[in-house]
Amino acid sequence: MSATTARFPNAAESWNLPSRGKVAMAGLIIAESAIFTIFVVAYLFYLGKSVTGPTPTEVLETPIFYTICLLSSSLTIHLAAKCLARGITFAFLGLWLLTIALGGLFLYGTAQEWHRLIFEHGLTISTNLFGTTYYSLVGLHAFHVTAGLVMLVIVAVFGLIGRVGVRQSGDIEVLSMYWHFVDAVWVVVFTVVYVLGR
Amino acid sequence: MSSNVITVSIQRTEARPWVDELHQWLTTVDHKRLGILYILSSLLFLAVGGVEALIIRIQLMHSHNNFVSPEVFNRMFTMHGTTMIFFVAMPILFGFANYLVPLMIGACDMAFPRLNAFSFWLSFLGGLLLYFSFLGGSGLYGAGSAPDVGWWSYAPLGARAFSPGHSSDYWTLALLVSGFGSIGTAINIIATILCLRCPGMKINRMPLLVWMNLVMAGMVLLAITPLSAAQIMLLIDRYLGGHFFDTQAGGSAVLWMHFFWIFGHPEVYVLIIPCFAFMSEIIPVLSRKPIFGYPVMVAATVCIGFVSMSVWAHHMFTIGMNSYANSFFTLTTMAVGVPTGIKIFNWIGTMWGGRIQFKTPMLFSIGFLFQFLIAGLTGIMMACSPFDWQLSLSYFVVAHFHYVIVGGILFALFAAFYYWYPKMTGRMLSERLGKWHFWLFLIGFHLTFDVMHIPGILGMPRRIYTYEPGRGWDTLNLIITIGAFIQAIAILVFVANLIVSYFKGVRAGSDPWDAWTLEWSTSSPPPAYNFATVPTVASRRPLWDEKHLEDPDSQYE
Repeated sequence: MSATTARFPNAAESWNLPSRGKVAMAGLIIAESAIFTIFVVAYLFYLGKSVTGPTPTEVLETPIFYTICLLSSSLTIHLAAKCLARGITFAFLGLWLLTIALGGLFLYGTAQEWHRLIFEHGLTISTNLFGTTYYSLVGLHAFHVTAGLVMLVIVAVFGLIGRVGVRQSGDIEVLSMYWHFVDAVWVVVFTVVYVLGR
Repeated sequence: MSSNVITVSIQRTEARPWVDELHQWLTTVDHKRLGILYILSSLLFLAVGGVEALIIRIQLMHSHNNFVSPEVFNRMFTMHGTTMIFFVAMPILFGFANYLVPLMIGACDMAFPRLNAFSFWLSFLGGLLLYFSFLGGSGLYGAGSAPDVGWWSYAPLGARAFSPGHSSDYWTLALLVSGFGSIGTAINIIATILCLRCPGMKINRMPLLVWMNLVMAGMVLLAITPLSAAQIMLLIDRYLGGHFFDTQAGGSAVLWMHFFWIFGHPEVYVLIIPCFAFMSEIIPVLSRKPIFGYPVMVAATVCIGFVSMSVWAHHMFTIGMNSYANSFFTLTTMAVGVPTGIKIFNWIGTMWGGRIQFKTPMLFSIGFLFQFLIAGLTGIMMACSPFDWQLSLSYFVVAHFHYVIVGGILFALFAAFYYWYPKMTGRMLSERLGKWHFWLFLIGFHLTFDVMHIPGILGMPRRIYTYEPGRGWDTLNLIITIGAFIQAIAILVFVANLIVSYFKGVRAGSDPWDAWTLEWSTSSPPPAYNFATVPTVASRRPLWDEKHLEDPDSQYE
């Protein structure tokens, strides 16, 4: 078989293929987008169909600060990946920890909102259709943020013991693709739940 | 050179104690072993699902039969459908994809071998979870209760009030778990195809099997995930008191139908596209002609992939959608027949004027062509919404989709078994038993599923456990049941062939069919590393080039 190599002039000389990590992450993002689409469709379909209160207009408050936190974490993780690719490990670690802090802040915001909704307004997942769709859509997103944070923390631990360098920058880019996706989903969820849904 | 290495490794495996051998199989991350594990586990579930089908057929053999109770009958058709789709058809096709795709693109393994193993065990254990419901479905009593609400689990049947106990939970979790496995496999197939092709294997030189599995994997990402999302919603309803499909709280039963069929219809194409892939490899080789219209085949596959995403509600014509929705889904459903027709045309174009070798894989392929065409034609009939209003939920529909799944998918799978078994085991399957298998199965299939259209037209609804005498259904149902048993005998012949040929079959050598794709350039079975040196290709038929140096394909590209 190896003999085939030299015989044919048309055989490619340079052979470049995409990185498998990025392709796989793109595949995962497509699959996850389909899951989120179904939950978003359910949320929109059931808007205003709850037979009892509370309604979104009555109880939801737009989480502008925490949204800014999450969206800016996309910027910090991007810069962190750039720094790592250039070998500036110190700046990478700093930006990476900042990303974790911003993501954590966002989760705190979600927790606070849920606490308020449950204890002040008595809205739980079984109260009405709004509760069911709201907690599952926002919860699904929060679950993805949590999963992302776990991965970010693992990288941070490895980084702090000095095991993350230029050689890992490809893997770090794959992870940052996931984080960008989580942020992009929040843009959709935010628009649907806090802008269109009220 | 590689064949020497093989002999050594075989001797070594035979010397190992069986516990070690078993341990090797259970912990393997080799794409070929995982492919075989997928196929073997599917064959196991095929036997179970087949027995369930026979129980259904015995019960319906004549009017007022009480072979099984109505409750058991409900469990049987639910488990039969769920098993055959999720734990037979999908995993067996994933198994072939796993085995063949890396070999055909000249790679040494899948892109993510451990993810591959993880996906297999998810889907296999998902199947065991489903069957555990027979023991644990009612709680801890061990008093059997399997899911019994149909494989669609339409709302509100899946809700706690109508499906008490845990049988529906096992159904939901089994599908969720195996769904995650499917997503993992799909990602793996895509990454393998895009990132691990050997030098020269440009995207327009890939074998059609690889192309079609790429499209299939892309569809899995978009089609399985809505089901996973819907299962999560069902779990929220059942365990957290949610109201997604609870009509009393304003929820919608129709939304479940939409979510289920957004998965359900593309799923049919997820299953049939790999079968198209088998046809596109087997028919050219056994007709001794290159495939007719390679670019058109690729375009038609991608086209089917797109259009089939927008046909789902033709399963729901009878729920009372508005006329715009009815017209839209009628048109899209008919449109998907066009690229499919192009494919059938191309396969016939490939056979036309070829020196056709009527070996068993070719017999099953020809059977596939005829039966898939008929299945498509009844599909076009059902696509007309007024026709569907008349015959939906009747045995006509059951006959139609079994024509697709048995007459199409299963026949293509049998062709694939006879064609690639020599590569997987190093031995040919017996042609004599193969011919018995083919003719028995063909007769049984037509006896069952041709006849089954008629009671449907006469008004026999699906999922009834018995019926009144004197409606003209008795004789027809008896014939259908006899056909089912003939098919069961044919399957036994097939299994006997698999086992006997494994020990006594003729040695295959590396290239028994004088074929053209890369998997036939390595020994049978291939060594763990697949290729001793990374192959390089210069055309769509690398082995043709190698065998015909005076007139290689690469001259014409």
